[in-house]
Amino acid sequence: MAELLLEILSEEIPARMQARACNDLKRLMCDGLKAAGLEFSNARSFVTPRRLIFVADGIPQRTPDIAEERKGPSTSAPDKAIQGFLGSIGMTLEQCEKRQLPKGEFYFVVINKSGVDAASVLPGIITTALAALPWPKSMRWAGYDMRWVRPINSILCLFGGSVLEFDFGPVSSGMQTRGHRFLSTGTIPVSGFDDYKTKLNTANVMIDPAERRELIATGAAKLAASEGLSLKDDRGLLDEVTGLVEWPVVLMGKIDDDFMDLPPEVLSTSMRAHQKYFSCLNGDGALANRFIVVANTETVDGGKQVVAGNERVLSARLADARFFWDTDRTIPLAERVGALADRVFHAKLGTLADKIERIASLAEELTKYVQGSTPENARRAAHLAKADLSTGMVAEFPDLQGVIGRYYALADGENDGVAHAIADHYSPLGPGDVCPDKPLSVCVALADKIDTLVGFFGIDEKPTGSKDPFALRRAALGVIRLIIENKLRLPLGLVIAFAEDLYGRKADGLMDFIAERLKVHLRERGVRHDLIDAVFALGGEDDLVRLLARVDSLGVFLKSEDGANMLNAYKRASNILRIEEKKDGVAYDGHVDAGALEQDEEKALMAHLQTITPEILSALDTENFANVMGCLATARPVVDDFFDHVTVNSEDLDLRTNRLNLLASVRRTFDPIADFSKIEG
Amino acid sequence: MAQTATTGAVITADKKTCFQSLFLGLQTFWAERGCVILQPYDSEVGAGTFHPATTLAALWPEIWNVAYVQPSRRPTDGRYGKNPNRLQHYYQFQVLMKPSPDDIQDMYLDSLRQIGIDPDRHDIRFVEDDWESPTLGAWGLGWEVWCDGMEVSQFTYFQQVGGMDCSPVPVEITYGLERLAMYVQGVENVYDLDWDGVPKDRGGKTYGDIFLENEQQQSAYNFEIADTDMLVRHFAEAEKECGAILSAGKPLPAYDQCLKASHLFNLLDARGVISVTERASYIGRVRALSKAVCEMWVDSHKTPDTGGQG
Repeated sequence: MAELLLEILSEEIPARMQARACNDLKRLMCDGLKAAGLEFSNARSFVTPRRLIFVADGIPQRTPDIAEERKGPSTSAPDKAIQGFLGSIGMTLEQCEKRQLPKGEFYFVVINKSGVDAASVLPGIITTALAALPWPKSMRWAGYDMRWVRPINSILCLFGGSVLEFDFGPVSSGMQTRGHRFLSTGTIPVSGFDDYKTKLNTANVMIDPAERRELIATGAAKLAASEGLSLKDDRGLLDEVTGLVEWPVVLMGKIDDDFMDLPPEVLSTSMRAHQKYFSCLNGDGALANRFIVVANTETVDGGKQVVAGNERVLSARLADARFFWDTDRTIPLAERVGALADRVFHAKLGTLADKIERIASLAEELTKYVQGSTPENARRAAHLAKADLSTGMVAEFPDLQGVIGRYYALADGENDGVAHAIADHYSPLGPGDVCPDKPLSVCVALADKIDTLVGFFGIDEKPTGSKDPFALRRAALGVIRLIIENKLRLPLGLVIAFAEDLYGRKADGLMDFIAERLKVHLRERGVRHDLIDAVFALGGEDDLVRLLARVDSLGVFLKSEDGANMLNAYKRASNILRIEEKKDGVAYDGHVDAGALEQDEEKALMAHLQTITPEILSALDTENFANVMGCLATARPVVDDFFDHVTVNSEDLDLRTNRLNLLASVRRTFDPIADFSKIEG
Repeated sequence: MAQTATTGAVITADKKTCFQSLFLGLQTFWAERGCVILQPYDSEVGAGTFHPATTLAALWPEIWNVAYVQPSRRPTDGRYGKNPNRLQHYYQFQVLMKPSPDDIQDMYLDSLRQIGIDPDRHDIRFVEDDWESPTLGAWGLGWEVWCDGMEVSQFTYFQQVGGMDCSPVPVEITYGLERLAMYVQGVENVYDLDWDGVPKDRGGKTYGDIFLENEQQQSAYNFEIADTDMLVRHFAEAEKECGAILSAGKPLPAYDQCLKASHLFNLLDARGVISVTERASYIGRVRALSKAVCEMWVDSHKTPDTGGQG
């Protein structure tokens, strides 16, 4: 039983790829060992910015002996076939045994394959695993004919303490590694995993990412606490930083006070996205004037120059932001709107100035349906919504478009609602993004997206397959979420028609596209697709909130016993009708002759339908879907009685016709609620 | 002692750390490692990569090691001389080695030592930064190199140029000379950089003495004065000329027109008259030119008898 240790030392592996590569290496190695019949225990893998490491214990020196049984031809087969079989396995007839099977007597033979040295199969297992390791992006280097995430420097591979020799691309395996890029020099001979881990630790490399993460997290929290601050929790950044260092050294720097009045979003973006710094918070939760940086090295001056350098870099970045903050605000947002005339939205759809004009009209129209919004404010917010695109700050921090507009609007004395609408109008940017809920924000966000959708559908630039260059699916989802999550009672058809008039062009297929996206959205939220289809089949519904309420009530109803039963009744009635209508070549939808009904059960059914039909229609009118379903449920006993006691296909043809017409009126009772034929179960 | 006109900071003139010592030092360093030392390309470019000694040479199937300084123009980065770090005209030091040497990272770190950045005193990091030039149809994998959180170099293994595989693979190292110099000199404002190591009272020059006025005037041109109708027209003309030269089978002069189109696009961009969708279209037009140039360049270096390159 021996230990296998593998280390691939390379140039720096991108932080975001490390965790997956570490898992993949372990999986691929374990799969390879299992496939070769090699036992192992305690398989582990580790990753640093420069290393991928795999180690497993308890691997036997030889693969196990295998006895493999083979079935040969029938004993009565022609001699040629038998000789062919023997030849293919290299054995003689004497080594075979005869065995009686239901189909006759056959030759059987047991081939004993003795195991081989593990050391002779391991190189193949390793190189196969390495070649199969799926990097999100890989590269070639120099003149070598291979790909890896970055050039490989060396490979260490020990089996039972001895070098396991193999080549992977241009690199031959050996028994040496190297330590930290700057804190260690020369090569380090290794005898096994414990030795490896200890020596690397001495050479300033912590191979275990969990240990590095822990050290960074506690070190950063401690540093923050030393200044009476707390660390802003940021798991994503912690993971990323863990992947940037082999020897984490946590340091704290100061943000120049000159920059502390910049918007916190600007500070955070500069620190996190660009510099990978952690933010610190004051007792009141506001951003503190300290940052935490994780260096990859210990320096002779205890990190003094490193901190000074980082402070200077941050100051330089923030100085740029400060410059924009100061100069941008000398021109009010309102005066920047004109510059949008220089920005083309799309060659066929005019400039952003044209778009803003349309959004303003549409947002104003939408205030009819959004409580708490006023036409003047909606127009104002839409007018200013994209004015920040010509500011220096947004040019520098494109992710902050809208957010910057809010700050500048407030500085210009615009009202809060208008300012927030500017910040919010791009949202929601996807299924996970926060959906605006402030009235003006909702109006402008909806107007922007509907205008985009109507515009691109109008020039037939619809998404196809995986291609959606103008992110129209996202825009449609945004429209859906804004309406549903704010429970807006909105005749979408009319609103789209309004937007079409602004373009002077029809947006054919847009309503269907939105319906399709709504189905996708509802399915993703776990709503049964057949219920969605059943309600959509009614057609003509453009009030998404009402549509959803109907789907929800239908779902609740069908989950009840009454509901399940009524669905059965519906199916039974429509099945009988379908079969008989096909047979007779007529549609049974005529008047039911009440006087001609014979049995009590059919009379009762007729009477009940006459009672509940107007109730259902009126409950649908008032959108009281719970009542609609309640009415349907009351029909259950009479419907059950009818099917239990009445024979529809009577010998008396008039009676049969009358009863079929009665079934048709059962079906008609369901029809205004949903197309129950689409419902499964 | 020399005083700058820009911030009044007191700058010590020092022959060892002055701006010109940086590129002189880098030239010597890379010359010793076998690089051809070239001079800048005489056309407006956005980066050292656009020099044909990099772009076109990357597609050449031969050993090619080169280093040079390249003045680079990025019109949108102009700040009228008011920003301590941003310039619309600045210097890159460019190294291209093909095939990429196995010890190139160590060589690079030695070059930092050569210009006064000691990894024992600083935190040097290789942080993922894949490079892509949409206008060149080029991409590669590599890093930006950080020194105490500041990006001081780009380090890229070219995979494709002009949409074609590079074989063998070159490595490109680009140093931002002003940033490095600011770091080495401990200066907060680029215009305070000691250029020549000569004291002020003996006529020594700072970066500001030489370039401040240029930044002010060029920023005004880039953002306010440039005639956009003319730029659009010149772009179309360069595009047409490029096609005509290619028809005549001359990829090198055609490439010059491609560079002109690229710079005109950058100027239009700085004037803020290009929308997101239009941008894509302009970039696509420049890429089409560079791709056509690269393809003809590669074709013209194929050996007829083998059909292969070389």
